[in-house]
Amino acid sequence: MVLSGADKNNVKGVFAKIGGQAEDYGAETLERMFATYPQTKTYFPHFDLAKGSAQVKGHGKKVAAALVEAANHIDDISGALSKLSDLHAQKLRVDPVNFKLLGQCFLVVVASRNPSLLTPEVHASLDKFLCAVGTVLTAKYR
Amino acid sequence: MVHWSAEEKQLISSVWGKVNVEECGAEALARLLIVYPWTQRFFDNFGNLSSPTAIIGNPKVRAHGKKVLTSFGDAIKNLDNLKATYSKLSELHCDKLHVDPENFRLLGDILIIVLAAHFGKDFTPSCQATWQKLVGVVAHALAHKYH
Repeated sequence: MVLSGADKNNVKGVFAKIGGQAEDYGAETLERMFATYPQTKTYFPHFDLAKGSAQVKGHGKKVAAALVEAANHIDDISGALSKLSDLHAQKLRVDPVNFKLLGQCFLVVVASRNPSLLTPEVHASLDKFLCAVGTVLTAKYR
Repeated sequence: MVHWSAEEKQLISSVWGKVNVEECGAEALARLLIVYPWTQRFFDNFGNLSSPTAIIGNPKVRAHGKKVLTSFGDAIKNLDNLKATYSKLSELHCDKLHVDPENFRLLGDILIIVLAAHFGKDFTPSCQATWQKLVGVVAHALAHKYH
């Protein structure tokens, strides 16, 4: 799956619009993921997952920053996320199915906060981008 | 059998009550065909699906989207009896339409995003969780008679 020039522009456009709110988007994405897919909580036994949790906010900020970084280096996502890819392969070992779940929740956050931004074309591009990020993060698993 | 709490039933009916089935169905199906273009394989006779604009404006897509979401409404009216409700539809999708059940999950996810865009903040995490459960259960019921 390859990101076209149009896809890359669409994705950059989304993140430009999100701007400084990326942290909030990240936190809400996680909140929705834990609520919708409770099995994802198994990766965070050490977290307080109650609503408004500072740990979830902090982690959401990290997740969002990684997505922003990938979008800013969209021509070389695997280069940009190489260290994160190592981390996921060696230490975190989050099962690959979960990246789709996170992606779905991120799309829901974008849709609910910015319905006019998420045209069908942008939706397609963003979905592809999120798939690409998941692929990179699991690329070194075996 | 799937258990639905009173809160879940409330979240389902309050959202569904505000859904324009024709618009929402058309949009969900169009987005399915745009975001996951391989799903177009089932719609060779729909005419022009060559671009997002063509897909969105395609009257067959609109009509079929409305049909699909109207059927979804049947599920909502029969939450405690989904497998039976969808028994014949399941056989149809397997024996005649030959649709991989993965496509039901894809459409379900797309529907959630359409609802989120429509309802904004009102589409709370609890709402999303309930509706993801619903689309998952509907997909499961539609796949139940596959053999």
